[in-house]
Amino acid sequence: MAAHHSDRQVLRYLPVLPAVVLLAVFLAGPVVWAFHASLTNAGLTGRHARNPEWVGLENYQRLLQDPAFPLSVVLTVLFVAGSAIAGQNVLGMALAVLMRRARPAVSATVGTAVVAAWVLPEIVAAFAAYAFFSRDGTFNQLLGAFGLAETDWLYAVPMVAVILANTWRGTAFSMLVYRAALNGVPAELTEAAQMDGAGAWQRLVFITLPVIRGSIATNLMLVTLQTLAVFTLIWVMTAGGPANGSTTLPVLAYQEAFKFGDIGYGTAVAVVLILIGAVFGLAYLRLLREQKP
Amino acid sequence: MTDRHGRSRSTWADVVLLLIGACFLLPLLWLVLGSLDPAAGHETRIPEQAGLGNFAAVFTPELLFRPLWNSLLLSTGTGVVTLVAAVLAAYPLSRYRSRFNTPFMSAILFGTCLPVTAIMVPVYGLFVQLRLLDSMPATVLFLAATSLPMAIWMTTNFMDAVPVALEEAAWVDGASRLSGLRSIVLPLMGPGLGVVFIFVFIQAWGNFFVPFVLLLSEANQPAAVSIFSFFGQHGAVAYGQLAAFSILYSVPVLALYVIVARGSGNALPLAGAVRG
Repeated sequence: MAAHHSDRQVLRYLPVLPAVVLLAVFLAGPVVWAFHASLTNAGLTGRHARNPEWVGLENYQRLLQDPAFPLSVVLTVLFVAGSAIAGQNVLGMALAVLMRRARPAVSATVGTAVVAAWVLPEIVAAFAAYAFFSRDGTFNQLLGAFGLAETDWLYAVPMVAVILANTWRGTAFSMLVYRAALNGVPAELTEAAQMDGAGAWQRLVFITLPVIRGSIATNLMLVTLQTLAVFTLIWVMTAGGPANGSTTLPVLAYQEAFKFGDIGYGTAVAVVLILIGAVFGLAYLRLLREQKP
Repeated sequence: MTDRHGRSRSTWADVVLLLIGACFLLPLLWLVLGSLDPAAGHETRIPEQAGLGNFAAVFTPELLFRPLWNSLLLSTGTGVVTLVAAVLAAYPLSRYRSRFNTPFMSAILFGTCLPVTAIMVPVYGLFVQLRLLDSMPATVLFLAATSLPMAIWMTTNFMDAVPVALEEAAWVDGASRLSGLRSIVLPLMGPGLGVVFIFVFIQAWGNFFVPFVLLLSEANQPAAVSIFSFFGQHGAVAYGQLAAFSILYSVPVLALYVIVARGSGNALPLAGAVRG
């Protein structure tokens, strides 16, 4: 009886199989393969491509000694803190709050402009950002109009350029999340505070933000994960240069594996990135569990 | 000024918003003006002799039609594979109660957190071993796998919204589970499935890194990768054509996004991710 029951149970879940196979072969498989390959000296071409040798933790030891690695960890943190947490998150919140006070036509128009940068294919957004920050690009033209000295942004301060570009590209996500969250705040709460004489700023800080803190935490988690994975924008704008000045972890992994042909070493960088993603993923799951009523 | 909800509308909010909105449009200005300027460069300027010459120049089979056709194949294929796998997976997850559901959905949600750029090096390795490099169907399967976690999550939510009672009525009339799914559930969740399909399609259409790593021959490259053909051999760049091509390549997904946003009040694609 019990065996019969569990047979039926298995049959009922048969339709899940195609999805599970796809996920196992193309997502879980590569992750497991990455852990293995990072312990070998697998190469892109030549002898090491055909017969990779087991090298143990050599790639990870090399990572710790390679000056490019700590630099790219720092740059990745800078990129995420600057463009995701400070840029997209704060600007997205500001836009959502302002949109509730502005005329509907204005907020609809501005919302469309913000979303356009987000919906555009990433390579097109990357080219637009590259042209915008290049030496004779729009940004310098604007600064020149105000009589400010021109800077070659992509060479002088590549991180500033890619952080601003990624803020431009990704703010729409936070804006949409916060618009939905603010719409869910009960009007009675803010009205009651208003009766008690709280100003707009006090209502925001003491009523609205605490009420939507779950959405804030979730949004921070998601924009952090999305920004950790950004490759195309940086690769098109600066290619990680000059002198590794904007080489974040995804760019470093790509360069080591494909430009220098060292798959084993590049995969070790990728494993570090996967582990960082996993930590945030687990935190995200925990957060959602706590939010459930 | 006060609206009907008693909220005060303020002019300073309008002004600040419009300023921010202008900043978001500025980088796009170059695309539009450059596409109309036969002598376009990096700088944004009003073209001296505006015209559609750049658009005419890219209107060739090699530059425009084949890459867009490849993009269409990749995105449609990814959308179809993802949707079929997601609907099949969502049915038992939505209709049966089991200890298996919660861990599976958690694993799926965890999967949405995997930084896809991090697995491109191992995926390349996998494709080399399986001799799948430069294969369109294999690339479609990989793209489908990357969008599956979010798609399963969204599809299950949509299916949960269809009452089981409607299906039960059909079963009483002798319909099987499968025909119940096909004739009752799927039509009712049609708009939701449309959202999932378009969402996956847009992501695949805009994806650069995956085809860049996995599709090597020019004949297979989608528009996201073929765009590099505007960078000449000796560093000369056809900026005007690059801008014109970018616009033609972007228009389909902008249009699709408008359709989804109209139908779903703007926030639906995010519902799965944020509400949990």
